[in-house]
Amino acid sequence: MIDVQLRLQRREFTLDVQVQLPDRRATALVGPSGCGKTTVLRAMAGLLHAAGRVTVAEQVWQDDATGRYMPAHQRAVGYVSQETSLFAHLNVRRNLEFGLKRVGLGSRRVSLDQAVVLLNLAALMSRNTHGLSGGERQRVAIARALLASPQLLLLDEPLTGLDAPRKAEVLECIRRLHEELAMPVIYVSHAMDEVRQLASHLVLMEAGRVSASGPLETVLRDAEPARLENRPSI
Amino acid sequence: MSTSEWSAVWLTLQLATVTTLLLLVLGAPLAWWLARSRSVLKPFWAALVAMPLVLPPTVLGFYLLLMLGPNGTVGQFTQAMGWGRLPFTFGGLVVASVIYSLPFVVQPLQQAFEAIPERVLEAASTLRAAPMDRFFSVAVPLARPGFLTAMLLGFAHTVGEFGVVLMIGGSIPDKTRVLSVAIYEHVEAGEFNDAHRLAIGMLLFAFFVSVVLCVVNRPKREDAWS
Repeated sequence: MIDVQLRLQRREFTLDVQVQLPDRRATALVGPSGCGKTTVLRAMAGLLHAAGRVTVAEQVWQDDATGRYMPAHQRAVGYVSQETSLFAHLNVRRNLEFGLKRVGLGSRRVSLDQAVVLLNLAALMSRNTHGLSGGERQRVAIARALLASPQLLLLDEPLTGLDAPRKAEVLECIRRLHEELAMPVIYVSHAMDEVRQLASHLVLMEAGRVSASGPLETVLRDAEPARLENRPSI
Repeated sequence: MSTSEWSAVWLTLQLATVTTLLLLVLGAPLAWWLARSRSVLKPFWAALVAMPLVLPPTVLGFYLLLMLGPNGTVGQFTQAMGWGRLPFTFGGLVVASVIYSLPFVVQPLQQAFEAIPERVLEAASTLRAAPMDRFFSVAVPLARPGFLTAMLLGFAHTVGEFGVVLMIGGSIPDKTRVLSVAIYEHVEAGEFNDAHRLAIGMLLFAFFVSVVLCVVNRPKREDAWS
């Protein structure tokens, strides 16, 4: 069970999220722009300190009641944002190896070969990052995050800015990696079609709060359609 | 060229090399802090680092002479430690040069570090890189053009300094008489041909550095960040 309880007071909005997510399943986090989805992900990754508690795979990453706070580099988390941040000074292979090298042999859950196959990167390995297309960059970024053997993979709108064929391609990769590695994934998206393809658990957010959380079909059945489709699919 | 002139060239190169290396070691963490810190004290430290840009070299040299001298605080400390006095020694020249060339090294490094997007460093931290690791394996390699600029400027500026070295080092052959001081003394003595020989060398060196800087800092065709 992934347990998330986070509170953050900002001038324009208050984040107050309390939610339990299933292990080994893909969760989609859906809600209008500015409702705090990215903030939740960043706080879970340890990139932003929101008060509260984050437990993943029975490991307490953060518990402000006991003063425990693991910085990002100590959390077994993978984080891919909408703007990829590949290292421009390293080629694709060295980008992939960055996280891999920093994980002890005993804790590695994904091999380089496995990630290369899953995200279809064999042809890109010796390329520089400059010349990569948007879809290629996202696939490299996802593989790089995977190779750090996270207990939880956070994907923040990784398909933004991709055209339809690229989207389908990356989406297929994400679905496969989730199935093959049984790695819990939290996927932030505006687009319900993506969510339907990928997630089995759905969390709806509105104005900094969780408005619904549960198995995808249940939440979809109970939610007002307007709340789900109030954003155009990007 | 005479032996004493070669000695001045050699001394200048030694001084510039030692100064540049020291400045990289001291300047890189300082520049990193200035680039990333949100401290309210940041403008104060940035202004302090930039001071040698606007301060007359003789003023800096004068106060350094007082501080490092036998009655100065630093001077008393170096004497208590058994290191002797710094003024009119090579060590004194190094201390003065490090201070005087500080902004020429720190500012290009700071700009290079500031150009690295936060999200790239965040990516490194979610890939298990601790802060020091991020600095050496991501920030430093991405700031490489900044390091090259900083090295060239620091080196060239140290080679070219005059007022500070004269104040703190005087003109002791083989010890503190650097090129710029040697040129000055030739001119004082009316030896214009000798002065010209050294000066033209400095001119060519400065032009070479300037060309390299232009090449290093030429605008990139594409955005290097990903």
